[in-house]
Amino acid sequence: MSVTMSKALNQALRDSIRADDDVLVFGEDVGTLGGVFRITDGLTQEFGEQRCFDTPLAEAGIVGFALGMCLTGYKPVVEMQFDAFAYPAFEQITSHVAKMRNRTGGKVNLPMVIRIPYAGGIGGVEHHCDSSEGYYAHTAGLKVVTPSNSADAYSLLREAIADPDPVIFMEPKALYWSKQEVELPCKQEPFGKAAIRRPGKDATLVTYGPSVPTALKAAEAATEEGWDVEVVDLRTISPFDDETVVESVRRTGRCVVVSEAQGFAGVSGEVAARVTERCFHSLSAPVLRVSGLETPYPAPMLERTYLPGVDRILDAIARLQWDDTPDLTFAPSHGGAA
Amino acid sequence: MTPTVSHTCARLSQLASPSDNVVMQTTAVTPDLAAHLLPSPNPVQLLDPTGTEVPQEGTRRPYLMPPPERLREVWRAMVIGRRFDIQATALTKQGRLAVYPSSRGQEACQVGATLSVTGNDWVFPTYRESMALVTRGIDPVEVLSLLRGDQHCGYDPKAHKTAPQCTPLSTQLIHAAGAAYGEKRRGTDNVALAFIGDGATSEGDFHEALNFAAVFEAPAIFFVQNNKYAISVPLSKQTKAPALAYKGIGYGVASEQVDGNDPAAVLAVMDVALEHCRAGHGPFLIEAHTYRLDAHTNADDASRYRSSDEVTAWLERDPIARVETWLKAHGALNDDLVSATHAEAETLASDLRDRMNVDPQADPMSLFDNVFEQRTPQLEDARRMVAAELAADAEMEDQS
Ligand SMILES: Cc1ncc(C[n+]2csc(CCOP(=O)(O)OP(=O)(O)O)c2C)c(N)n1
Ligand SMILES: [Mg+2]
Repeated sequence: MSVTMSKALNQALRDSIRADDDVLVFGEDVGTLGGVFRITDGLTQEFGEQRCFDTPLAEAGIVGFALGMCLTGYKPVVEMQFDAFAYPAFEQITSHVAKMRNRTGGKVNLPMVIRIPYAGGIGGVEHHCDSSEGYYAHTAGLKVVTPSNSADAYSLLREAIADPDPVIFMEPKALYWSKQEVELPCKQEPFGKAAIRRPGKDATLVTYGPSVPTALKAAEAATEEGWDVEVVDLRTISPFDDETVVESVRRTGRCVVVSEAQGFAGVSGEVAARVTERCFHSLSAPVLRVSGLETPYPAPMLERTYLPGVDRILDAIARLQWDDTPDLTFAPSHGGAA
Repeated sequence: MTPTVSHTCARLSQLASPSDNVVMQTTAVTPDLAAHLLPSPNPVQLLDPTGTEVPQEGTRRPYLMPPPERLREVWRAMVIGRRFDIQATALTKQGRLAVYPSSRGQEACQVGATLSVTGNDWVFPTYRESMALVTRGIDPVEVLSLLRGDQHCGYDPKAHKTAPQCTPLSTQLIHAAGAAYGEKRRGTDNVALAFIGDGATSEGDFHEALNFAAVFEAPAIFFVQNNKYAISVPLSKQTKAPALAYKGIGYGVASEQVDGNDPAAVLAVMDVALEHCRAGHGPFLIEAHTYRLDAHTNADDASRYRSSDEVTAWLERDPIARVETWLKAHGALNDDLVSATHAEAETLASDLRDRMNVDPQADPMSLFDNVFEQRTPQLEDARRMVAAELAADAEMEDQS
C-alpha cells in the first residue's frame, strides 16, 4: 500500500491509543481540527476528547502539564505546532523533562513524547522552518528521533510512545506527503540503529530526516561521475549508531555529512568529529560537511540557496581528494562546503 | 459556601431574564459575576499577633477557627520545623551544606499548608520548602541531600508523593496542574499543593499553570508565600497588582489572601481551598503574607537591601508565639508539653547534626545510571573510561 508519512504517523498514534489506555494526545489544534498538518486527524472523533484534546496556547504549559500527568501514570504524546514554537517549552524540556530520571535517582521516569514538525523546504515563512534537533541532541537525557520515510515514521513513533524515557520526535515536515509502499503496522530497526539506504563503495553520505531524499538523489547523480556513493540514514540522532557509521566509512574511506541544520556547533559537526576520531586511518580525505548556512533560516524565495541541495553535495564529493591536487577552497570552519 | 460554576450560570440567566431591568433598577447594583473568584480585601486573620481571636468581618467566605488539638499539632510541628531550620543554617557554617535557603519566620505557611493535605495529595516544593518536607515526614537528611550536594533529590518522590525541590522558578506549578489533572482523571479526590514565592509570580510558567489548571478544572492549590523579597528585589518592583491573590481572577481561579504568620488562618483558608478542589471546582490560589527573617540563603547579605528595623517589626508577628499564647489561654497547652516539645526538637536537631557529620559517599560510577533506563553505547564508553581512571587512581594509592 502506498502510505504518506503523515498517514503513517496518524496510524501510529491511533494504534498506540488503542493499545494503551494511558496514552493521551494533546497540544494546539490537535483535537477537532486534527492538527495543522493533520497528523492527529480523526483521533478526537474516534477516541473522544478524553484521549485527544486541545490545550491552551502555551508550549511550556503543554510540556509541563504532560510531565505532571506522567506522575500519575499517563503517557502523553504532545505536539508542538512548529519547530520554532517549541522554544517557549525549552526550559521545561531541558531542565525537567530531560533530567527527571537522573535527578530522582531513577525513581521517576517520564514516558512522554514531544512531537515537533521541523526543518524547511516547504516555503514556510520565518519561524516555521527551523532545524532545532541540535538543541535537543545536545541535552543529556533526551532521545532524539527523526524518520525519513513512512515505515520508519510508523515504527519509530510506536517505539517512542512505548519508550520509558522522553523522546523528542522530530518530523521533517517536507516529507509529510512523501509516499512509500508499506503495510502497516510494521516494525523496523529499533532506536540506535542507522540504516544504509543505498550501498556504495567509494564514499559515505551520513544524513538524517529531511536530507535523506536529497542525499539519495545526489548519490544517484554521482554514478554519472563514476562514484559509487553509500547513504546512511541515522534515524535516531540520540542514541547514536557509531557502529553502522564507522563500519561504512572504514569501508569507503570518504565521508560527507549532510544536514539541513546549520553546520556550526551542530549535529553534522558531531558526526564529522566522531567519524574522524574513529576512522582516521581509513580516511583518504577530511570529513566534509554540507549543511544549512550560518544565517537565520531565509525567506521562502531564498530557501533553495540555503538548503543543501544535490549540486552542493556533489561538489563536496568531488572535493574528497580523489587525486593529489591540493584543495585550496577547503574552509573547514564554516560547515557548509560550498 | 464555595460558589460554583452553576452559581455563575444562574446569575447569567437572571441577567438574561425580562425581570432583569427591574432588578437592576431596584438594586442599582451590577451583579459581579466574578466576585466569587476574588480574594478578601484584607488578608484573612483569625488570630492577631498577640494571640487574640479576631472577629471575622468582610471576608469573601466564612473561615472557621480550627479546633485546639489541630492548632496544637501545628504549633508542635512549627517548633520542630524552626529548630530544624536553625540547625540547617548552622550546618552551612560547618561546611556540611553547600547552601541553605531558610524559611524561619514562614513556619505557619510551611507547616500549616503541609499539615492540611494528606499523604495521598501531591506536594510540589521549591528550594525554600525544606521545613515543609520535614513536616511532611520525609527524613531530614534525605531532604537536605540536594543542598549537601551528594545527590539532586534524596527522597523518593513517588513514595512521598512529593516532587523534587524545584529551583527553576515557577516551573513546578505546571507539573502540579498536570498531576492534579491526572488525579482527577483517575477519579480520586486528591489535590496537588504547589508552593511558590512572591517574585516567581512574575514568571510565565506561573500564568500558564494557573490557566491550564483552570481550563482543565484541575484540583491544584497554588500557595504563594509572599515573603516580600525575591532575593533582594522587593515586591513593589515585581508587580502592580493590588495583591498577588488578585492574579487568580483573570484566569478564573478562585483566590484568597491570608495572614501567613497566623497558623489558624492558614489552616482555615487551606480547608476552604481543599474543599473547593475536592468538590471538583478547579484550582485555588492562596497568597500568604509572611516574611523571611533570615537572608535569602546563608550566602546572601540581606543588610544590603533591608533594614534591621523592618526585621524587628516582623519578629513581633511571630507565628509560633501567637498560637502558643492562644493555646495556653484556652488550656490546650501547658508548660510540660512546651518543654517536652522543645526537647523533641533538640533531639531532632542533634540527630540531624550527627547524621550530617559524616562524609557522604557519592559513587562516581552512578553518574551513568539513570540518564536513560538503559545506558547508550556512548554512556557505556564514558563509563569504561571513568572506571579505568578510578582503577588507575586506586592502584596509585595502593603503591604509595
Ligand atoms: C527561572 C529562574 N530565574 C532565576 C532564578 C534565581 N533565583 C533563585 S531564587 C530567586 C528569587 C525568588 O524569589 P521568590 O519567588 O520571592 O521566592 P523566595 O526565594 O523569596 O522564597 C531567584 C531570582 C531561578 N532559580 N530560576
Ligand atoms: Mg520571596
